[in-house]
Amino acid sequence: MTTRRFWAFIEQEEGHAHPVSWELLGVIRRLASQVREEAEAAGDEVVVEGVLLGHNVGHIAQEALCYGADRVYLLDDPVFTHYRNRPYYKTLEEVAQKHEPEVFLIGATTLGRDLAGAVATALRTGLTADCTQLEMGEVKGSPQKLLLATRPAFGGNIMATILCRQNRPQMSSVRPRVFPMPERNPHPQGEIVREAVSVTEEDALSRILEFVRPEGESVNIEYADVIVAGGRGLGTAEGFGLLQQLADALGGVVGASRPCIDAGWIGNAHQVGQSGQTVRPKLYIVAGVSGALQHKVGMQNSDFIVAINTDPDAPIFDVADVGIVGDLYEVIPAMLEQLAARRKARGSGGGHQEVSA
Amino acid sequence: MHIVVCLKQIIDPEIPPHVFQIDPVEKKQLRGRQVLLISDFDAVALEVALQLKEKVDGKVTAITIGAAEAVEALHTALAMGADEAVLISAPAFEETDSFGKARILAAALHKLGEFDGVLCGRQAGDVELGLVGLFLAEMLGLPCATLVANMEPEQGQMRFRRPIEGGYEILETATPFLATITNDESNVARYASVRGIRKAMRTEIPTWSAADLALDPAAIGPETALIEMEELFVPEGDIRCEFIVGESGSGKARQLALRLRELKLL
Repeated sequence: MTTRRFWAFIEQEEGHAHPVSWELLGVIRRLASQVREEAEAAGDEVVVEGVLLGHNVGHIAQEALCYGADRVYLLDDPVFTHYRNRPYYKTLEEVAQKHEPEVFLIGATTLGRDLAGAVATALRTGLTADCTQLEMGEVKGSPQKLLLATRPAFGGNIMATILCRQNRPQMSSVRPRVFPMPERNPHPQGEIVREAVSVTEEDALSRILEFVRPEGESVNIEYADVIVAGGRGLGTAEGFGLLQQLADALGGVVGASRPCIDAGWIGNAHQVGQSGQTVRPKLYIVAGVSGALQHKVGMQNSDFIVAINTDPDAPIFDVADVGIVGDLYEVIPAMLEQLAARRKARGSGGGHQEVSA
Repeated sequence: MHIVVCLKQIIDPEIPPHVFQIDPVEKKQLRGRQVLLISDFDAVALEVALQLKEKVDGKVTAITIGAAEAVEALHTALAMGADEAVLISAPAFEETDSFGKARILAAALHKLGEFDGVLCGRQAGDVELGLVGLFLAEMLGLPCATLVANMEPEQGQMRFRRPIEGGYEILETATPFLATITNDESNVARYASVRGIRKAMRTEIPTWSAADLALDPAAIGPETALIEMEELFVPEGDIRCEFIVGESGSGKARQLALRLRELKLL
C-alpha cells in the first residue's frame, strides 16, 4: 500500500493565516477525492496534508485541521519569524523529499509566488502558475490520474491546460479568491505532526530592513465585498473620483483594468485581471471596461456582476449578470442620487419606503 | 556595476481575440500579422537597470533567447540605452520550457563572466508563468529578490524596494543578485531616443549558439521539458446577461437600484 499525499501550503505572516490557505485546502480535498476510487482499487491510501512554517503558529496548524487537512506538518522555529525565500524553500524541499507528495499547491500571493518557483526548482519539478481550474484527470499513457492545471495564457486570449507527467510533486500556484472558501469544521479529526527544522539564520541570503505601510493609502481589493471598477472608457483619471463616490456609498473599493494603470490614472494596487489581482466580491460593478479576457479572468467569479458600457457588443456583457448599455457619466451619477435619496428616506422616517428619483 | 537584463520577445498580447490564432496540433500561438515586442515587464526591468546605470557608473547588457528576428528586441534595448546585447539562438532553444530557458540563460551568464546583478521581468506577457527568473536564481545560487520595483546600491549590498500588500518592504542582499521586476510609477519604460536608435544600429550584436554555450540542444529541447501543454482552448462564455432598458440614464439607474435591492445587494 502506498500513500498518495495531496499537499497545500499553509501561508501565514506575523501569526495570521492567509485565507488563501483555506481555499487551497478546499480545492486539494476535492482533487484528493477525484483519485480516491482509483486509489482504493489499487489498495492505496489518499491523504490531504498541510505544511506550515512559522514561529509560534500552533494555533494556525489547528485551524488548518478545521479547514480540511487530515494532517498538518508544523515547522515552528524563530528562523521563520519573517518570510525569507531561502530558509522557506530549503525547508519545503526537505519535507517534500521526506514525504513525497503527489500534488503540492501554493497560494499565488506575493509570498507564494516567490516561494513556489524556488521550491519547484529545488525539487526539479514542473510548476504551473496562477491556475484558474484544477482537476485530477485521466491522461493517455499515464497509469494514474494526473493534475490538469488550466490557466489563461497569451494575454488572456486563451486557456492552456498543462500537466507534469514525470516529476513529483505536481505543483501549481493558485491565486487568492479563485476557489471558494470551504466550510469550517469546528471539531476536526486530524493530527499535527511537528517536524525538525534544520535551516539556520546563516542560510538566509537576504534580510528585510523595514516594512513600510503608509496610513490611509492602503487598498486591499482581493477580499473586498463590493468593487466598483473602471476602464479606458472613463476617459480621464478624474473618472475614478466618480467611481470612488459610488464605492464609498456602497461600502466598497475601487478597481481598475490594466489600461488605466498603464496610463497612470490609478495605482496598480487597484488592478483587477491577469496581471493584477483576482477578486470575488458579492457585487462587482464595472464601467467603461470593454472586457478583454485579461480583465475578465480576474473578476468572472464575482457573485454578481453589473456592467455599464456604451457598446452593446462589448465582451464584458458576456460575464455580466445585469447589463446597462449607456454612458457611465449619466448612469453612475443617477445611481448616486438613488442611493442618497434612499439614505435620506431611511434617515428621516426609516422603514422600507420605496424611493423614486 | 554590470547589470544583465533578460528579455523575451513576444507577440503583442494586446491583440483583439478575433485575430488571435492558435496551431491546435503544435499547441502554440501563431504570429499571423501581429507585431513582436519586448514583453512588458522585461521592458520595465530594462528601465530599472538603466535608472541604476544613471545613478552609479555602470554597464547594462541585454540578452534574449530567440530566432533571428529577436535581434529586433535587442536593437530596441540598445536604443533605450543598453550598452551591449547578446542573442542566444538555436532552434531547439525556442521550444523549451521555463526550466530549459533558465538553463540556457545560466550558461549564457556564465559565458558573460563578471556581473553584479541579473534582472528579469516578473512574468512574460504571453505565457505569464513567471518562472524563468526564479529558476535562474536557484541554478546560479544567487540571492533572489522578487517583485521588485526599484533598487539602489548601499555599501556593497543592493537594496530593493518591493511593493507588498498595503505598502512596501526594503530588502537587502549581497551582490551578485537576481531580481524579478514589477511595475510601479517609478519605472515606466522609456522610449528609445533618435540618438539611441542610431547608436543601436552601429552596435554589433553577437549571436551565441548551443555550441558556444557548451550546451547539448538535446538536453534542453522540448523533450526535456518538465511540463507539457495538454490543451489550448478558447473559454466558452456562459452568457446570462439581463439587460436593463430604459429611456434615460436615471431611469436605468432606478431600475438597477431596484434589482440590486431585490437581490439584497444594496
